[in-house]
Amino acid sequence: MINNSSATEIFASPETVAEHFAACRYIADEPLATAVFLAIRLGKPLLIEGMPGVGKTEAAKAIAQILGRDLIRLQCYEGVDAQHALYEWNYQRQLLAIRQADKADVDIYDDRFLIERPLLRSLRNPEHTVLLVDEIDRSDHEFEALLLEYLSDFQISIPERGTVSASHPPIVILTSNRTRELAEALRRRCVYHWIAYPDPGREAAIIAARAPGVAEATAAAVARAVSAIRARPLAKPPGISESVEWANAATVLEKGGSPWPEAFRRAIGVLIKDEEDLALMRSELPRILDEALA
Amino acid sequence: MSGMSASRNLFLPRECAPFLDFIHVLRRHGFAVSPDQTEAFLTAITLLGPHGMEHIRRAAVATLAPPIDRMGAFETLFRAVFYGEAQPAALSLPEDEETVVNDRGGEEEQGEVPIEQEQGGAKASALERLSTRDFDQADMDFAAFRRGLPDALPRRHSFRQLRVHSNGAIDLRRSLRDIVRAEGDLAVPRLRRRQEVVRRPLIFIDISGSMSDHTDELLALAHATMQAIPRTEIFTIGTRLSRITAALRTQDKTVALARAADAVDDWNGGTRIGPALMAFLAIPRFAAMARGALVIIASDGLERGGHAEFESAMRRLSQLSHRLSLATPLAGDARFRPETAALAAVLPWLDDLVDGSSARTIARFMLTLDRPAPRASDVWKEKAHALSH
Repeated sequence: MINNSSATEIFASPETVAEHFAACRYIADEPLATAVFLAIRLGKPLLIEGMPGVGKTEAAKAIAQILGRDLIRLQCYEGVDAQHALYEWNYQRQLLAIRQADKADVDIYDDRFLIERPLLRSLRNPEHTVLLVDEIDRSDHEFEALLLEYLSDFQISIPERGTVSASHPPIVILTSNRTRELAEALRRRCVYHWIAYPDPGREAAIIAARAPGVAEATAAAVARAVSAIRARPLAKPPGISESVEWANAATVLEKGGSPWPEAFRRAIGVLIKDEEDLALMRSELPRILDEALA
Repeated sequence: MSGMSASRNLFLPRECAPFLDFIHVLRRHGFAVSPDQTEAFLTAITLLGPHGMEHIRRAAVATLAPPIDRMGAFETLFRAVFYGEAQPAALSLPEDEETVVNDRGGEEEQGEVPIEQEQGGAKASALERLSTRDFDQADMDFAAFRRGLPDALPRRHSFRQLRVHSNGAIDLRRSLRDIVRAEGDLAVPRLRRRQEVVRRPLIFIDISGSMSDHTDELLALAHATMQAIPRTEIFTIGTRLSRITAALRTQDKTVALARAADAVDDWNGGTRIGPALMAFLAIPRFAAMARGALVIIASDGLERGGHAEFESAMRRLSQLSHRLSLATPLAGDARFRPETAALAAVLPWLDDLVDGSSARTIARFMLTLDRPAPRASDVWKEKAHALSH
C-alpha cells in the first residue's frame, strides 16, 4: 500500500476523486474515479487507454493539479531509450573533473555528473511529482521491457551506482492510444482504465466545464451532433477536445453574426480534420445539425 | 459457481472463494491473470467496500486489465460467475472448441539431425506419411530469394549497442574509461551505434482445400524464408492452427517438408481462418511473436461462416505487427476486387493485399517489404477509381 498520506487523504474514495476532478474542470465518470482511487491506494501505475482526444493526458494533468505536484512528462516516440527516459552521465563534466583533479582522487560517478531524466527524477522526488508516460504505444517494444523494473519495484539500476529505489511508490500514469497492443507484462503491473467516448449528456457537461463561454444549449447541441458524427464510418472520429474547440469556434462565429446552423457548418474544420471525412459529412451534416438543434 | 479446490483457499478466508473462482474461470478462457493481479483484485474489492456487485466489477476491470477487444467475453464471464447466468456457446471452454492448436512442430530441436539418420529407422514413418501429403519438388528453387531477403526486409533498432570503428557516435563511457586508465591522456575515441536487427517474418499458410494448388510452393517459400531469416515463425491454418517452425528449420528441403507434413493433421480440410488466428492470439507466447513482426497471411480469405472473428483477429494482428499483409491467389485475376464480405471487413486493417497466385509473386512482394507503401485500402480504392473512369 502506498505510504503517501496526502494523496490517500485527498483521494479518500472514488466519490471524492470525482469531486476533485470536477473542481479542476475535468468531468470524470465513476469507473475512471474508481481506477484513479485504486491506483493511488494500491500504489500501482495507472494505465489509461482510449481513442485520441478523449482526455487521457488531461486526466494526468488533473491528478497533478489536485495534488499540487509537478507533472513530469515523458513523451514516448519510436526510438526513445534509456538515455532519454532514465539517466545519463555528463561525460564532459566528468572529463573536466578528471583533468582538474590531476593526481587527486575524484568520484566521477557522484550526483554532480548524473543527469536525471524523467523516470529517475520522479523516483528521487516521489512526494512532489506525478509522472506521465504519454503515448507508450508509440515507443519500441524494448522500451516497454525497460519500464518493467521501474513499474513493478519503482527502482532503477545504475551499473556505476547500484539500485536507486523510491522511498515510496510514485504516482505514475501511462497513456496509450492503442495503436498497438502493449505487452501483458506491462499491463498486469498497472491498474487499467479504458476511456470511451462519453454519452451526449456527459460530453455536454465536459464542454460546459472546459468552455465557459459556450451556452448550455450550444454545448448540448454540439454533444448530440458529435455523437451522431462519430457513428459514421470516419477515418478520424472527433475526440472530446475537438468537440470543445468546435463549440468554442461556433460560438465565436455566432457572436460575429453567423446564424446558428451556419456557424456550426463554417466551423466544421475544427471538428473534422480529414479531407475524405469532410467529403463524407458534407451531405449529412445539415440533417445531423437539424436534429441536434431540434 | 463451480467448487474450488481445497488447496487454492488454504490460506484465504472462505469469502474469497467466489473471487478466486472468477480468476480460475478467466484463466480457463485464455485471460492472462498473474498472482499479483489476483492479490490486487482482492485488495481493490476490500478498498471499495464493496457496496454492490458494480464495485466488484470495477475492481475486476481495473486490476485484471482485460484487453478492450475481449471486454465482452470478460463481462459475460463475470455475469456467469457472479450472477449465475449461463455462458453463451461462443464462450464454451477451450477443450470444447473446434479450433485445436498443434504445437508439435514448434518444439525446439537440439541441433541439426544428420540427414542419413532422418532417412531411415524411426523417422521413416514420417516420410511414409507423405502419402497423405506429397509435395511437388519440381522447380522450387528460391536461391536468389534467400540471398536477397535479409537485405530486403525492414529493420528495427535494437537497444544493444555495437562497438564500431566508423560511422558511430562517440562511446563516452568506454572512452572515459580509457582516459582514466591512461591517467588523463586523451586516447583514440571509441565509437558505438545501436544494432539493427531484421524484423521477424511471421507467415501463416492456409492449407485448406481451396488453397491445395498453392500449398506445396507456399511451404517451399516458407522453408526458403526460414533458411534466410532463422527467426522466422511459420504456422499453417485450416480447421486448426499448427506450428511448423521447427520442421522447416531443417536445412534439407525434402526432410523439412516431410516433417511439416507430419506436424500437420488437417491438410486440404475446411477453412476457419478467423478462429485459427484467434487461437494464435489467445496464446501469449504466440501473440508475442507477432509483436513488431512482418505478418504475411497466404490465404484466399474464403472464410467459412461469419467473418467477425476473422476481422477481430486481423484488427489485433494489425495492432501487434509492424506490417500486416494478405497474399491471396484471387488477386492474380485482373478482375479481382476485395468485395467479399470477409475481405471488405478486413481490408481497413491490412497494410497490403497482394497477388498470392504463386510463391514467386509472394517472394517478389517480400523483397519489397522495406519500401514504404500506401495502405491496402488506399491502393484498392485507387484501382476501383481508375477502373470506373
